[in-house]
Amino acid sequence: MALPEETTATDPAEVGVEAPLVEAPPDTVAGEVVLRLTDVVKTFPGVRALDGVQLEVRAGEVHCLLGQNGAGKSTLIKVLSGVHQPDAGQVQWRGEPATFANPQAAMKAGIATIYQELDLVEDLSVAENAFLGHEHRRFGFVRRGRMARQTRQILSRLGHGEIPPGRMVRSLPAAGKQIVSMARALSHEARLIIMDEPSAVLAHDEVGNLFRIIRELTAQGIAVIYISHRLEEIREIGDRVTVLKDGRTTAANLPARDTPTRDLVSRMTGRTIEYVFPDRPVDEGAGADLLQVEGLTRTGEFADVSLNVRAGEIVGIAGLVGSGRSELLETIYGARLAEAGSVRMDGKVLRPGVGAAVRAGMGMAPEERKSQALLLGEPIYRNVTLATFGRYARLGFTDAAKERAEANRIAESLELRPRDVDRPVRTLSGGNQQKVVVGRWLLGGTKLLLLDEPTRGVDVGARAELYQVIRSLAAQGVGVLLVSSEVPEVLGLADRVLVMREGRVVREAAAGELDENTVLDLVMAGSLMEGAPA
Amino acid sequence: MSDATPSPTATPERPRLPAQSPPVDPAKTAAASDKAAGTGRLSWWRGDSGDGAKRNLGLIGVLAALILVGAITKPDLYGDPTWVWNNVLAILQLASVVGVVTVGMTFVIIGGGIDLSVGAIVALAGVWCTTVATQSYGAGGMIFTALVVGICVGLVNGVLISYGRLVPFIATLAMLVAARGLAASISNKQTQVSSSTFINDIAARKVIGIPILVYILGAVVVAGWILLNRTTFGRRTIAVGGNPEAARLAGINVRRHTMLLYALSGLCCGIAAIMLTSQATSAQAAMANLYELDAIAAAIIGGTLLSGGRGTVVGSLLGVIIFATITNLFAINGLSIEAQNMVKGGIIVAAVLIQQFQFKSVTRLLARNRVTTAT
Repeated sequence: MALPEETTATDPAEVGVEAPLVEAPPDTVAGEVVLRLTDVVKTFPGVRALDGVQLEVRAGEVHCLLGQNGAGKSTLIKVLSGVHQPDAGQVQWRGEPATFANPQAAMKAGIATIYQELDLVEDLSVAENAFLGHEHRRFGFVRRGRMARQTRQILSRLGHGEIPPGRMVRSLPAAGKQIVSMARALSHEARLIIMDEPSAVLAHDEVGNLFRIIRELTAQGIAVIYISHRLEEIREIGDRVTVLKDGRTTAANLPARDTPTRDLVSRMTGRTIEYVFPDRPVDEGAGADLLQVEGLTRTGEFADVSLNVRAGEIVGIAGLVGSGRSELLETIYGARLAEAGSVRMDGKVLRPGVGAAVRAGMGMAPEERKSQALLLGEPIYRNVTLATFGRYARLGFTDAAKERAEANRIAESLELRPRDVDRPVRTLSGGNQQKVVVGRWLLGGTKLLLLDEPTRGVDVGARAELYQVIRSLAAQGVGVLLVSSEVPEVLGLADRVLVMREGRVVREAAAGELDENTVLDLVMAGSLMEGAPA
Repeated sequence: MSDATPSPTATPERPRLPAQSPPVDPAKTAAASDKAAGTGRLSWWRGDSGDGAKRNLGLIGVLAALILVGAITKPDLYGDPTWVWNNVLAILQLASVVGVVTVGMTFVIIGGGIDLSVGAIVALAGVWCTTVATQSYGAGGMIFTALVVGICVGLVNGVLISYGRLVPFIATLAMLVAARGLAASISNKQTQVSSSTFINDIAARKVIGIPILVYILGAVVVAGWILLNRTTFGRRTIAVGGNPEAARLAGINVRRHTMLLYALSGLCCGIAAIMLTSQATSAQAAMANLYELDAIAAAIIGGTLLSGGRGTVVGSLLGVIIFATITNLFAINGLSIEAQNMVKGGIIVAAVLIQQFQFKSVTRLLARNRVTTAT
């Protein structure tokens, strides 16, 4: 099932021609090179997550990593922080080849990582968190006084001497927690701090403070790798930018302030893999409104979202992780309680709860296939009939024969491989597992299918098949609401596209009227060209 | 640093198009359904999944080894067929009460929970059904009372856990304490003698040479097996325990089902209360002491995953029988109960170690799959 060649297939013409590689003037940054990656490759079964990454980071600079979801940023971070080991290529740390066998080794060498979901122990104090794992000890006793003193020093170095080292981390706001994470990095005397979307958890005014701290760190000669989806942040804080796409470096060391947005975006998107989308039906015979959502709101997730899906129509939602799209989908499905607004199916207001949504004819393939959709140890047929086994049952007795037959039918029509429906679902590849999840809703009259990232972790061949499945469902009159972080997928598959940013729908248009760059601009910056064609 | 372009040489491979479009073909459907219906009917008896059955074979092996130990240590006794038959019945009778409780416990654990209050529920139901007032309604009233008390206490557990969102461990621990307290206060800490000959006869009588208690155990096990493997209730149990989020998003009412699981456990405790009362011809607040531990241990030895989603009724039954056989083995060899408990403890640890070993290989597989989806 694994098709690594396909995932990494690269067309030289498409990468190079449109956007020639920009070379930064060598004197942009003065510091010595602390980290240099050459042709780093990391493969997982079925996926070549990193396929030749080049990266050069100098002391005292803020080096930004840019790339779409799935470009390999997270894997790269994990390689740098010792979670994964590269399969090929060279990592040079402070002039010497280095391999980090585990996160502790990377820490010790001076590479600290601040993950998006901060890895702090909520019920320990600030000082205890800062020195977690390398507490000052004497005769087996923790030297609290010394730790508190040093923590205070580090915190004031970060410009936040006001945070008491004895305070419980739980009681700190998100920004404060981030500072504790940085204090931990400094307690290890980190030379390189990797920040994975640090601004995602911060309010707008707190970002300024984060930048001030980053500047102070770099002034002390510490290098920072900064990852963010927000271009304006990269322009403000970054020195140089490296762009990743499909696990490769497509551009290295661009000047962060002067590179035109056009350039950056095209380097992130330049197609190497041609997705094959099924043709849209020419006949725009708009069906009746199936789903009507009005003014749906959940504080902190999304606000005042209105949309509709007609029978036989595919509506795509484009947006980044954190733009509220998955939460919106789950709320429509009744898995989260809306604070305001209404969801109607066939004109009737839905009562809260998943049960009501399913009875009204909704089905959902959630974002996290394994944790939200599948019983991995159970056979395929039981996963296919998870939502419908009650309907085949007589007097509470399940009809396994009928279920197997129905599952076989689904397996046949979705070309599931392997076809044996008694095998546990965990033995299937990602794409086939996704078929099981989607196939679940092909039984028993689903009228509206909510798909959250249906092709995540699915290889290219299986993708094309899934697209076919989704299109043919629409052709049979099923309405589809599709969420994806992959803009080309939304544009290629959907009839109509909604663009979401920070919990709001910022644009709605027929898919034909939008192109990838426009959508990406809307999704990422917003300020650049809202509402205008590219 | 300047030479950072990848040198792309590969040519793009076109993704494969599906050979045919997926819409459902009625003719194909009919054929597939016939074929599957055939195999399905043949395998009606085959409920537990493949590795579950393999595990049970392992347990039967353990049982055989225990019997072999008995035969070696007491060759004279095992040479006598009448004694062997009576000993088998004695073991089954010994296993019967805990066995019934374990069936309920198995459902709760498969459903992702734990019930620490089973012993206390047995005691409360036993005491309640032997009060002077209840006994005045005769055997029928006593049985009815025991079952209803069991179900109601189980429901309280279930409501606290699924709607009050208490951790099962805490909720049933509280119930353990409270139910024994209530039992002690109802019985005024006295032993309540059962004067119903019908009840007392359940444990004393045999039908076709087999004690009625063993029939009850058999009936509960068969009912439990059917419930787990052949009904929507059982399917929901596995789904709720295996992946509550997936069950919820598939439209299963996870909370209501969780509640019902504890009620089912309570019902089993009610049945066990009648059996135990019958055995002792009396009930008291201290009866069924530590049954929760025996039941949990038996379920785990039987291959029920403590984290939920996997387990078999047959495995749990074998677990109970293994424990009973050990007790029996120590008794016929005249060994102390202390030594017996130490061996039991060792067996529990061994069973969990084996389970963890298997579980680890599963999680390894999952971890491997997970990184594939990582970016």
